[in-house]
Formats: sequence, C-alpha cells, structure tokens
Amino acid sequence: MSTVVVDPITRIEGHLRIEAETDARGVITKAYSSGTMMRGIEIILLGRDPRDAWAFTQRICGVCTVVHSVAAIRAVENALNYPIPANARLIRNILAASQIGQDQVVHFYQLSLLDWVDITSAAKADPLKTSNLQKCLSTWTNNSAAYFESVRQKLVTLINSGQLGLFANGYWGHPEYKLPPEMNLMLFAHYLEALEWQRKVIKLHAVFGGRNPHPNFVVGGVPCAISAAPNGTGGFTPTPGFTAVDANGLALVKTCMDEMQAFIAQVYYPDCVAMAKFYKDWFKKGEGIGNFLTFGDFPETDANDPANLFVPRGAIVNRDLSAIQPVDLNNPNEIQEFVANSWYDYSHGKTAGLHPYDGETTPNYTGPRAPYQNLDNSQPYSWEKTPRWKGKPMEVGALARVLMLYAKGNAPTRQYLNAALSDLKQPLSSLYSTMGRIVAQSIDTRVIVERMQTWYSQLMANIARGELATHNAAKFNPSTWPASSKGVGFTEAPRGGLGHWVSITNGKISNYQCVVPSTWNSSPRDQLGQPSAYEAALVGHSLAVADQPLEILRTIHSFNPCMACAVHLMSPEGQELLSVKVC
Amino acid sequence: MKTQETIFDVLQSRGVSRRAFMKFCTVTASTLALGSHEASVFAQALASAPRPSVIWLSFQQCTGCSESILRSFDPTLENLLLNYLSLDYHESLQAAAGFQAEAARKKAMADNIGRYVLIVDGSIPTGDKEYWSAAAGESNLEVLRDAVRNAGVVIALGACATFGGIPAAKPNPSQATGVDDLMTRGLIDTKPLVNVSGCPPIPEVITGTIAYYLANGQLPELDALKRPKVFYGKTVHDNCARLPHFNAGRFAQSFDDAGARQGHCLYMLGCKGPQTFNACTTMKWNQGTSYPMNSGHGCLGCSEPGFWDNSLGFYSN
Repeated sequence: MSTVVVDPITRIEGHLRIEAETDARGVITKAYSSGTMMRGIEIILLGRDPRDAWAFTQRICGVCTVVHSVAAIRAVENALNYPIPANARLIRNILAASQIGQDQVVHFYQLSLLDWVDITSAAKADPLKTSNLQKCLSTWTNNSAAYFESVRQKLVTLINSGQLGLFANGYWGHPEYKLPPEMNLMLFAHYLEALEWQRKVIKLHAVFGGRNPHPNFVVGGVPCAISAAPNGTGGFTPTPGFTAVDANGLALVKTCMDEMQAFIAQVYYPDCVAMAKFYKDWFKKGEGIGNFLTFGDFPETDANDPANLFVPRGAIVNRDLSAIQPVDLNNPNEIQEFVANSWYDYSHGKTAGLHPYDGETTPNYTGPRAPYQNLDNSQPYSWEKTPRWKGKPMEVGALARVLMLYAKGNAPTRQYLNAALSDLKQPLSSLYSTMGRIVAQSIDTRVIVERMQTWYSQLMANIARGELATHNAAKFNPSTWPASSKGVGFTEAPRGGLGHWVSITNGKISNYQCVVPSTWNSSPRDQLGQPSAYEAALVGHSLAVADQPLEILRTIHSFNPCMACAVHLMSPEGQELLSVKVC
Repeated sequence: MKTQETIFDVLQSRGVSRRAFMKFCTVTASTLALGSHEASVFAQALASAPRPSVIWLSFQQCTGCSESILRSFDPTLENLLLNYLSLDYHESLQAAAGFQAEAARKKAMADNIGRYVLIVDGSIPTGDKEYWSAAAGESNLEVLRDAVRNAGVVIALGACATFGGIPAAKPNPSQATGVDDLMTRGLIDTKPLVNVSGCPPIPEVITGTIAYYLANGQLPELDALKRPKVFYGKTVHDNCARLPHFNAGRFAQSFDDAGARQGHCLYMLGCKGPQTFNACTTMKWNQGTSYPMNSGHGCLGCSEPGFWDNSLGFYSN
C-alpha cells in the first residue's frame, strides 16, 4: 500500500489536501479529503447585528460572491417573518442565476479545462481545421482560420519564451490527454474568450449591487431603489439618472443576460458535449455516493413556499429518481453536522450530530504541526464538519439540480439532457460520473440562465405598471423584532445547496451556522466511517503516470470545489486511445 | 537569459504594435491620473523593463481578490499574463498541482532572487493558531516568511492581507493579521510594501499598481497606511454623485423611500463614505458601470482598517 498526497489542489477556491491509499496495482482504495484553512466566521458573527450578516458571510467565498449573502438575508427574513416585494425577489433571482452562469463558465474554462486540454498540443493545430471544427459545432462567430491562427501564435510565443507562467509544470504530454490538436486549440481560444466574457456579463451585478466581486445586499429587499420621481398624483414615474437601476441600467442588464445566454448556448454547452466524446471512459469513473440533495432556489412566488421554487427542493437516495423525498430544513432529525473526524469539539461529545439550530463551532486543532508529510487519518483530519441528511452522505451541486429538474419533468432540462445523451450515445445512468457532472453543469447553467429572461420580463412588466417597490422598510428597525427568533435561509450556489441557520436574541446574533455545498461533498468521514462524495468518488481511480495526479484533479474539479486540497498518488496503469467523431 | 528580455522585445515578438503598446501605457497612466507626458515616460520605462516573475500567495482568504483582478478591463489580466509578466504561482489559476506547483514556486524564487514581485492575499494566523491555515504541509506564516526573504517588493492585496480583514474581526479566533503587522513585529523580513486595500480592491487599482511597479521599478507614492495616494488620496464621499444631496441636507431614510428613488444621500442608512479613502466614485466598478452608493447601498468602509468592527454596524452613523 502506498499513500499519495496532492497538496495544494490548485484551480479551486480555497485550501484542500487529498491523501489517497493505493493498493499493489496502484488503484485508490481509500481517499481522505482535508480542508486546511480556518477563519471562524461563524464565531465572529456572534453578538453582531443580524442585518450585517450578509456582508460577513459573503466573505466566506469571493468566487460565488452572491450566494452567502442571499442565504443570510433569507435566514434573517425567515426568522423575522419579514416579507419582501416581488421586484426584490425577481432581482435576487437574476443576481443568483447570473452567478451560476458566470461562475460555472469560469469553473469550466479557467479551473478545470487544463485537466482535459493539452495546450502544447494546441500549438500544433491546423487553424483551418480548427475553423471547420468550430463551424460544425455551433453558430459562434469567432470561427475563422485567421482567428485561430492568432490564438495559436500567442500560445507558440508563450511556449517559446521559456516562461510558461501559469502553465508551467502542467502535465503536458500526459497520455490521458486525448483531444486532437484542433480541439485543444479551439478550447484554449475559448479559455481566453471566457476571461473576456465573464468580465463583461457580470456588469449585471454592478447595476443592482454596485460592484462585483462582493455586490451589496440588504435585509428586506434589494438595496437599489428604481430611479423614479414623484408624478404629482401620489405615485412615482421611472426617471433616468437618480440611481443605477434606471432605463440604461436595466438595458445593460438585458444585454448582459443575452450575452451570457449566447455564450453558454453556443460555446460552453457544445464544448462540454464535444469534449466528452473523447473521454467517454470518464462516464464510468468518479461515481460518488449516489445520493443527491437540493435545497432548491429561485422562488417563483414567496421564498418561504418550497412548492414554488424553480429548482425544486428534495433528496434522491440510491439514484432512485422515481421517489423524490421531501426535505425539511427545520426538522432536527434531517440535516445534522458531525465532527468525529473534524478539528472541533461538541459539548455532548465527538459522536453527536447537531442540527444547525443547535450547532456549535468550537475549534480544537489536533492535527500535526507543520511541516508535515502526512495527516494521521485515524485521528480528526479536517477543518470541515461532516453534514448528513437523515444520517446519509449526500452529493450536492449542478448534477443534483439537473437530476431533480429532470425527475420533476422540467421541459428545458429534459430537452437539453436528452439531446446531449443521445449525441454522446450514453444512458441517463452515465451522469453518475466525473464526466456526467461536467455535462450536467453545462445543462444546469443553460437552463437556469435562460430562466432569467422570464424574471426580467416580469420585473419590467411590474415597472411598466408602476409597481416600483424594491424594499420593505416595515421590519428593518430592530426595535420591531421579537425578543428571540430563529430562521433558515437557503440558496443553490453554483456548487450546490447552501443553508444558513440564524438565531436572534435581543436584536443580536446568538447562533449562526452555515452548511455549505463543498462541505457536503468534501467533508471527512462521519462517525460511522461513511465517506463523503470526494472520498467516495476517488476510489477505484488509478494514475497513468505515477507522480502526475491528473486523474485525481479531474474528479475533484468535476465537483466544482470551493477550498484547497492536496493529494499524493502513485499508480501506473495503462490507458486506451480513442477514435472519436465529433461532427 | 530570458529574464533580460524587455517587455517591448516581448511585445514585438508577439506582434503587438508600438501603437497598441502606447495605448496600454496611456490607459494605465490615465488610471494612475498621469498626464500625456507622463504616459510617454511611463511607456519608455515599461518598454525597457525586464519581465518580472510574480508569485501570488493566498492564505486566509475568499478568492475575492483574485476574482477582482479577473474583472480588470485596463489592463486585462490576460494582457498582463501574456505580455507583461510571468505569473509563476497562483493556486487558483495555475495548471500544476501538488508538488509540481510547489516546485514551480521554488524555481521562480530561486531564479529571481531579490527581484520577484510577491503578491499576498489573505491574512495569516499566528501564535498558537499558526497551524489553522496550511498548504502543502507548511503553515502560511512559514511559506510567507520564506517568500518575503528574497522578494523585490511585496504587494498586500485586499482587506485581509493589508489590515487583517474579516479573520481578524473580533474576537479574531485565529489570531490573524496582515503583512505589514508581521513586518512590524519582526515575524517576517521587512521589504518594500504596498497595501492595496479594499474588500476586494477595485480591479484596476490592482492592475494599475502592478503596472506602475513594472514600469518604474518602484512603488508609487504611498499614504500613511502604505496605500498608493493616487488611488486612496480622497474619500469616496468627495466624488459621490449623491454629494450635492448631502450638502443640501437631503437624505434617504429607508432603502425605497422617495429620497432613495431620487438618489438622495445614504448617510442616514449607514454610509461610511465620508471616512473611507478609495477610488470607487472616481474609477467606479466593472468598467464604470456603478459603485455601491450609486446602486443604493451605503459604503461599508472596506478599504479602512478595522471596518468590520465599527461598533455602529453597517446601517447606522
């Protein structure tokens, strides 16, 4: 048996380490996932004004920069039974959906693409063939041979300079890279295009939130009033220039949504499907645990009515899509967090499971003193707690959402998923895999981003008939609050279901617990020894090149992780070459 | 040695015209509020500068600072990456992982002793909490200590690396602190340091500070908190579009009242603009799209030390 460590796992948000045990053939038999960074934001929140919680929790993650804010303001509103205007609900939906659009594209191109694309191969591509490839994949107009030659030249110059910068020490030439040079070049061109695209489309966040990263939110609605002047009859008429949300700002929002939608439909989604054709063996690896959870999101009416969420809330157990199980965020026996293998103590002992309303954050670091070579995995080995639903490990994320939408009969999801699976000649069950997650992310993104147009139309229709309200001031003043209350806020982050549970006593936060998507997926084993999704998904992987853990990166990145990790791996194993027809 | 190649040599080999190069310099110079003469001097300096190695270390952070540089329009990150610098270590963007990533960092440090630009985001836990944040089996403090030793300049990026930020907010569970404080306490070597504060900093303030250093080989003029004066010399209040309302005593009392809809001042809703030094209202965010007050929310004060612990919270003044 050998132990393989990868630390840091790069191209993710945060700090993650992975250690894996391999057998005599070099196949992973057990994997351990460790979050290695702790700040204590739940502790910092104690005693503060709950209206400020969105800003603190937003700093949990600057990548999915709106999701913690949305969860936080919903938690406080839920605690205070605080309704918000319809326009605020629609604007929040647009902000959160565009976050999914922007983030998953960045995740695919900037963070995971280099696991599949060999840029040194791209430098050898024929630009004319690349142009033809692009033309047969979609109607995207950056498709000329001259364009691809200019991208190729950039790459050649970079390589010839001897200073590869970000691309230094990649696993170039690794036998697991299977794409032809033209596909590599096209995808690298899209890597650069995605950088430009994400910068432009996220202006949408600046209109409503003043800036991105870290746009502003507010309990009770959204911060920005619609620019309007009194009309002399007691009402208001939209008037340009007073605030960012005026005719120009709303037109910019529409432009951003359209550009977002076009790139996803014409570039991101076709790229995922085309790339998957060369890596069909990855539809059989990285299966994980087969249980899926969604908190649901995008309220079509009141956020407190889970029946009217665009992405439904529910649980799928053992891949049974015919029996979606209801999920109650308030039930003390459903969602619980464990710390048996985490660097925390509970007042009732290390094996207890606590619902987030009763949650505790008491750090007790018992790991090794740096520098260290290996964590002792028989002892607590992570800063992450271990969440469970009814005692079961669950996978959250885009795949869970797509399965839930599919199971509930969402028409666009069925259309895109059936088309992709038909094109790939794969069964539905192939989604339970590393490549399944990647394809599901592109479908999830496409479906949710398209839905933004509906919310935008509803917002514009409201404004047109003089319904301008964006904030409800009735309960903003803490003097209106009960002496004690508690509430839960939820959202679907790009990486999966996210919940915040807040307790408020005499106007201050008396407890605050966040159960975040990557915790579900990357947490350490629970008190029963059950692995979470990352640890389960890596079992059975083998490495084609002993000291190049490319396969581990592929599966870990397929979850769209949000922390930094480390994996040591050793395992020589053969590989097959594929012949693939894309168009 | 490739490191002797100047940026203009590199640009010419990449087919970048002198005109495009001058445009870059003019834009960057205007970002820095310099005139056309200065832009020309700036261009000459940049064209003859060696291409520096940049090592970016991320500690207790949220990746918001890295996301911010991804949003920079002038210059763009890809322009910097492909033409002006060599980003040899950045955990969130680099291809390599694990020990290959660490090897790339160590090689860049060894090849560029005394010359590399060290960018730090995130705070650093200290004392008996030093091990609360680690990567590659090393504590953040040890990695930083090693990297600062032979750096040419250190750029602390964002609220956490400059002043401790949110991890250092009360009760500071991890005994987190920023780079400047570690230098003051002698826990790391003292090197030329610039604090680019903000949570996160404005994208073009990040790239503008980097570009200035590339062109001049030294830091711009700094204020008492080691922030570039050109960006942090005035309060956001000074250039806020709502300032005339403040001067006339017209204040929004809630987020969607008649005053809010007409763009009145947000001071009564907690805006910290009058005591916050930053360029949000002049440079604006996301290619001039907006800034917090323009989009209806008061300034949080995020470029100032200790803003998380303002006893009044974000909604009172």
